[in-house]
Amino acid sequence: MRYLSEWDQWKRYSSKSWERFIEKAREMTTHLELWRKDIRSIEGKFGTGIQSYFSFLRFLVLLNLVIFLIIFMLVLLPVLLTRYKITNSSFVLIPSKGADIQCTVYPISSSGLIYFYSYIIDLLSGTGFLEDTCLFYGHYTIDGVKFQNFIYDLPLAYVLSTVAYLALSLLWIVKRSVEGFKSNLIRSEEHFQSYCNKIFAGWDFCITSRSVADLKHSSLRYELRADLEEERIRQKIAERTSEETIRIYSLRLFLNCIVLAVLAACFYAIYRATIFSQEHMKKEIDKMVFGENLLILYLPSIVITLANFITPIIFAKIIHYEDYSPGFEIRLTILRCVFMRLATICVLVFTLDSKITSCDNYPCELCGYNQKLYPCWETQVGQEMYKLMIFDLIIILAVTLFVDFPRKILVTYCSSWKLFQCWGQQEFAIPDNVLGIVYGQTICWIGAFFSPLLPAVATLKFIIIFYVKEISLLYTCRPSPRQFRASNSNFFFLLVLLIGLCLAIIPLTISIARIPSSKACGPFTNFNTTWEVVPKMVSTFPSSLQSLVHGITSEAFAVPFFMILCLVMFYFIALAGAHKRVVVQLREQLSLESRDKRYLIQKLTEAQRDMRNRLD
Amino acid sequence: MGGSGSRLSKELLVEYQDLTFLTKQEILLAHRWFCELLPQEHRSVEESLQARVSLEQILSLPELKRLIALHRAAVKIAMQSAWPSACNTANPFKERICRVFSTSPTRDSLSFEDFLDLLSVFSDTATPDIKSHYAFRIFDFDDDGTLNREDLSQLVNCLTGEGEDTRLSASEMKQLIDNILEESDIDRDGTINLSEFQHVISRSPDFASSFKIVL
Repeated sequence: MRYLSEWDQWKRYSSKSWERFIEKAREMTTHLELWRKDIRSIEGKFGTGIQSYFSFLRFLVLLNLVIFLIIFMLVLLPVLLTRYKITNSSFVLIPSKGADIQCTVYPISSSGLIYFYSYIIDLLSGTGFLEDTCLFYGHYTIDGVKFQNFIYDLPLAYVLSTVAYLALSLLWIVKRSVEGFKSNLIRSEEHFQSYCNKIFAGWDFCITSRSVADLKHSSLRYELRADLEEERIRQKIAERTSEETIRIYSLRLFLNCIVLAVLAACFYAIYRATIFSQEHMKKEIDKMVFGENLLILYLPSIVITLANFITPIIFAKIIHYEDYSPGFEIRLTILRCVFMRLATICVLVFTLDSKITSCDNYPCELCGYNQKLYPCWETQVGQEMYKLMIFDLIIILAVTLFVDFPRKILVTYCSSWKLFQCWGQQEFAIPDNVLGIVYGQTICWIGAFFSPLLPAVATLKFIIIFYVKEISLLYTCRPSPRQFRASNSNFFFLLVLLIGLCLAIIPLTISIARIPSSKACGPFTNFNTTWEVVPKMVSTFPSSLQSLVHGITSEAFAVPFFMILCLVMFYFIALAGAHKRVVVQLREQLSLESRDKRYLIQKLTEAQRDMRNRLD
Repeated sequence: MGGSGSRLSKELLVEYQDLTFLTKQEILLAHRWFCELLPQEHRSVEESLQARVSLEQILSLPELKRLIALHRAAVKIAMQSAWPSACNTANPFKERICRVFSTSPTRDSLSFEDFLDLLSVFSDTATPDIKSHYAFRIFDFDDDGTLNREDLSQLVNCLTGEGEDTRLSASEMKQLIDNILEESDIDRDGTINLSEFQHVISRSPDFASSFKIVL
């Protein structure tokens, strides 16, 4: 028997106690996980597809919370500390020089007696009493905060907080999606192993209720039949004649033109609605009836919601004629709807930008922007984003309250009527719900620059949506037979979110770098554009660092860097192709080996038989 | 909860923690459920470790009814009268799971340690190797060490549900099994052995998330 030396004994003991410590720490952190019990019970009742939606929602709540913390630390905290005299600091206000006095006029309308309904309107649209609060950009008309030892550069902090939250969102999303991407890449290779995956990993052992198990059976049946059908269709496509192919492709071209036309029509409608709303918003509040005022304020949001409601129906009809395989149909429709939803916000922001920079249809020369209508244009863009967010929340609550619950009640209690029987209970449609929350998150990303408290509003909104959707799911929904697989869903959700982030960066970049910042409010009254803060800061660096920064951002560096990146990417693609070929060769070799083995065993048994016969 | 005799000793807990993938809490919970199945007078710690519980009793546990389920097709044909109608459970692989984990000679009852084994393999922290090994044994309906066409067609029937109208048609079944064998049968002998199965499972992205029981 081998005895362990003292050292080995101690090593083994300490490694075991370390493992136990790690396990205990892990146990404790799982208790801290937000909504753990709710999500587990949803997983048990409805399967992993719907559970991934709620995990995604939880991720967005955490993301918004972290974004708000960044903005709070960098921008809000110094302002609040000084305003409420918690620390011994003061504001630094530099009067703007060189700008026309007309650009710095900012009339804040404050009527003495506020009617109750105008209070509600202000709350819902961010005007009136909310306009001057720290909710919007216009409140931060401060050029610096003077603490005891240093001056805190608020404009620089504002811009850096924007860059920081965009970079953080990008990194976090990419980190989370790396797992899903790897498995998706494996699966998309010639539908490799999709059948084995469905059969061997098809049964979700988390399912705990009978009805859900029946549902799982029917969804597996549906999926298997759909896959087999798709394989038959693919074989049929491979056997198409060339004239049929030409006919199909010309039909597809025509239908894609129709899709583009529909998109263009929606964008134009949003453009006109925004312009109409902006022009008529300037009328006096008392001259309008309550409903009309609210309608005009919310007109862009209403048009966007209507467009997002109608276009999926049109796309679903069109795609039938394009004769794709069923799986591809679903994916293409979802991608078109995603693009539609997210592009509408960009169109809204671009419309606003074009209105802001045009004075009576001519480019503005005095201040660079239309200072008569938009003395503080960032605040007004922030108000539009705020309105979109509030309207989105109202619509979700209204649909749940006035469509889902009555539908469930009608279907349960009036099931004798044929109409309700056909209509059936609500299904929890995952793609639509995911698009909804990605839409909300895109608004938050764009709006956080113009309205620093918007991420906090978004966090609250997503928390409310979580509970509302959970209640709606548990009490009104029956699961749909077309299930989303968990591994597929996570990657799909994060891909859509990434598209939203990219579409959000475009208007932000244009607003920060191109449009002159307003001279009447905000931290950038002394700069031409918002981005100018950064070059000014760079010019205060020591000269060696300055030349380094200038070198990195010049073309002489960027073009070779880009070419090297392309070469590296090409190398990795070639490597992956070579690995694939090696895998195929090894599989062939394995099957040859087994054939050899079988041949040898055959020969051996024959030889044994011969020997036995000879002995007899 | 319970009398003082129903707590496991610390050394036993540590030993079980080392041997399985379960945490301390999960082991205690499993022991509590197991003791509820035993008659009142046999609930002390020593007796609970020696006792064996038949399949029907385990299946009658309300919590477990949700966790472990009966495999309908084979059992229905062979042992229809034996199962009480109260076994209303959702998982179609119930019977196979119990049969695989049972160490009794007649393979129809589970002791506490078998039960812990079962929960350990299905827990979150078990390695993919272990899970794929046990999955292979569960799917091998005729216990011959390979998955042949019969095993596969029984497996597909389990997944699509019982009943005549829920099965795939014969041509669909043939097409499906041909596809499965083409994807996973590397040596082209018409059956899937353990290493081929493990190879296929290692590339399967859904296996880890679906082959677990949430405690």
